[in-house]
Amino acid sequence: MTALLWLIPAALGLGALGLVAFFWSTRAGQYDDLQGAAERILIDDDGPIVDDEEEG
Amino acid sequence: MAPLDAASPAIDPVAFVRGDGAEKRLDLAVQNARCAACIARIEDGVRKLSGIRSVRLNLSTGRLAVAFAGDDGLAVSIIQTLEKLGYPAAPYAPDTRDDPRTAEEKRLVRALAVAGFASANVMLLSIAVWAGEGEMDIATKTLMHWLSGLIALPTVAYAGWPFFESGWKSLRARAVNMDVPISLAVLLACGLSIYETAMGHGAAYFDAAVMLLFFLLIGRFLDVRLRARAGQAARDLAALQASIAHRIEADGSIKTVPAGEIEPGDRLIVPNGERVPVDGRIAAGEGEVDASLVTGETAPLHVSPGAEAWSGMVNLGRPLTLTATAASQDSLLAEIARLVEAGEQSRSRYVRYADRAARAYVPAVFTMSAATFVGWMVFGGTVHDSLMNAIAVLIITCPCAMALVVPAVQVVATGRLFKDGILVKSGDALERLATARSVVFDKTGTLTEGRARLLNIDTFKPDMLEAAARLTRLSRHPLSRAVSDAAGEGPVADRFEDVAGGGLLGEVDGVAVRFGSARWLGLDRPSDDAAQEAWLAVGDQAPVRFMFADTLRTDAVEAVRQLAARGLDAELLSGDREAPVAETARSLGIERWQASLKPQDKIARIEALNADGHAPLMVGDGVNDAPALAAAHVSVSMGSAAEISRSAADLVIQRDKLSSLARAIDVAVKARARVMENFALANIYNIIAVPLAVFGLVTPLVAAIAMSASSIVVMLNALRLTRS
Repeated sequence: MTALLWLIPAALGLGALGLVAFFWSTRAGQYDDLQGAAERILIDDDGPIVDDEEEG
Repeated sequence: MAPLDAASPAIDPVAFVRGDGAEKRLDLAVQNARCAACIARIEDGVRKLSGIRSVRLNLSTGRLAVAFAGDDGLAVSIIQTLEKLGYPAAPYAPDTRDDPRTAEEKRLVRALAVAGFASANVMLLSIAVWAGEGEMDIATKTLMHWLSGLIALPTVAYAGWPFFESGWKSLRARAVNMDVPISLAVLLACGLSIYETAMGHGAAYFDAAVMLLFFLLIGRFLDVRLRARAGQAARDLAALQASIAHRIEADGSIKTVPAGEIEPGDRLIVPNGERVPVDGRIAAGEGEVDASLVTGETAPLHVSPGAEAWSGMVNLGRPLTLTATAASQDSLLAEIARLVEAGEQSRSRYVRYADRAARAYVPAVFTMSAATFVGWMVFGGTVHDSLMNAIAVLIITCPCAMALVVPAVQVVATGRLFKDGILVKSGDALERLATARSVVFDKTGTLTEGRARLLNIDTFKPDMLEAAARLTRLSRHPLSRAVSDAAGEGPVADRFEDVAGGGLLGEVDGVAVRFGSARWLGLDRPSDDAAQEAWLAVGDQAPVRFMFADTLRTDAVEAVRQLAARGLDAELLSGDREAPVAETARSLGIERWQASLKPQDKIARIEALNADGHAPLMVGDGVNDAPALAAAHVSVSMGSAAEISRSAADLVIQRDKLSSLARAIDVAVKARARVMENFALANIYNIIAVPLAVFGLVTPLVAAIAMSASSIVVMLNALRLTRS
């Protein structure tokens, strides 16, 4: 029984954590541009150092 | 994303800059952006301009949000930069109003998440109870049930609300929809479980109740999302063609503003080649306008002060001054808006599959439940047992799968069509498309390209074409444009004059050149169709005749053939004159056609077809087609169509590809087959589950498995549409 008394609150707590995380992610606009997020990872944004200095 | 209407002039982006000082914002709809390289090119390209503070491209929606400081004129350079990079962009006025559908969608997502969380946790407890059957003592079991109830009851109260609300509304309207038995099943399952747990009998349906809600919410969410996305896409199309107006301010200066800001009484300038942005009356100026989008007639219309001008007309001559008017009761547009409304009402008589199913299903279920109660009482059951079994019937027949059948299929089908550039504006549009029996086409702008093409280019010498082109390159008249298109780019005349109602006058290499109507050139020649020809006089040489016609879209013949192959009889209804309509009908092999029709005539013909059971699919684009589009069994408009037509139609074909029609019908027919299969599957489930419930064999375990299994099977079957 002691096992259950630990197990159930732990399960509920973790589940609730997931739920809160999901609510946060929708509110923060994480799903606004799924396609863009998938493609952006491919952008090579670290150009030659010289360029950075010129622009900066 | 739809292409911009090639014929419409570039929109001045300055009118769309919001904010001021250091915080200016501009939203653009960008075309052709598809990949990571596009994002990098677009964002880097714009960022290089001075004054840009931030640039962010949303690849899913094709929107580019730019924040900048400094002069509004930067907006123009941004668009030019994008153009140079190969990404044509148009300014976009973001919808600031709160969209009720988006709000509903968000509420459903939250309810779905809560129901998902609850069903996972309740299941965890339920599985422990099922697995421990026989070993678990009654106290532990009751504790588990109370815990399940603690999770389930708040969830049902929160996540079940959409169903209770809709069911209650329908009851108050003295009708029953699917949400009535759903709500009843969920509430009864919870009530029964509380009672049983309190009594210590040990049968609780909390798991079934929350799982049911979870699956139902998936269906409801898909349905709302489908409608929200279609609505969004439709608004995008409208925004892309958002027009601007040149308003004459009190001090006489001219300010460019979005057309939506114009109020009745404002005075506007409509420059040569631009669309009339709002309805109005001509205050000054005289000349020809292209009204083909409004009336379907290809020949230009002559307007003078006092004449009414409707939004969508293109000014072909000198600048016109216009006084904006509210759509007055007797104006053409007010009349059309009224007809559209009437058409939409008649269409709302259509009963969706789901509602039709509900009408048959709900009485059957209630009868079955009552019969179970009576049956058990008659055969000696206790009141408690009889009531339990009657409630079990209601719970097990909860039309969970039934409620998923239609949205699951329609979401998959419209998603597929969306990828092919076909926008489906409502779920039941697909149902109606699958049952269309005939097709009615508009001509101008639908079957044809809606603009003139030079026909007899081979009959005269190339230098004649070039001489004409030097004049026409300076004019916006449809016939002039046709000549310029045929001749390509090149130099223009030394001297040039546009004579209203006559033609073009100029000098090329020191020789006087005139290009215009036979009457204006003083020629007495017979003509087949004065609106579709022009004469060229170079110096003293004999005049040359140029002949024009509005050419068919390249895929028109193919599209008509494909539709005929699917058993749809074609018919042509046009507002244009008889000769061009007859010619179009002949070249497409359409036997039934009518010309010179007013919007009322089109609607009458459509209603006759509706009444005869021909279930017409109407395809059109002009303002004059809008009432017919709204009245038809199902309707399709072109992406470049007038706004009122796009909003009246059920489907919008982007990129104006007529061959998409057959594709849309194929998908609609397949979707209908899936829906019917799904109804069959849901019925098979009931045939198995209902007898079990009637004879009192449904335990909570059986209920949970049967109900989720049927929902999953239905969804998987819907997903089969994505293949092939």
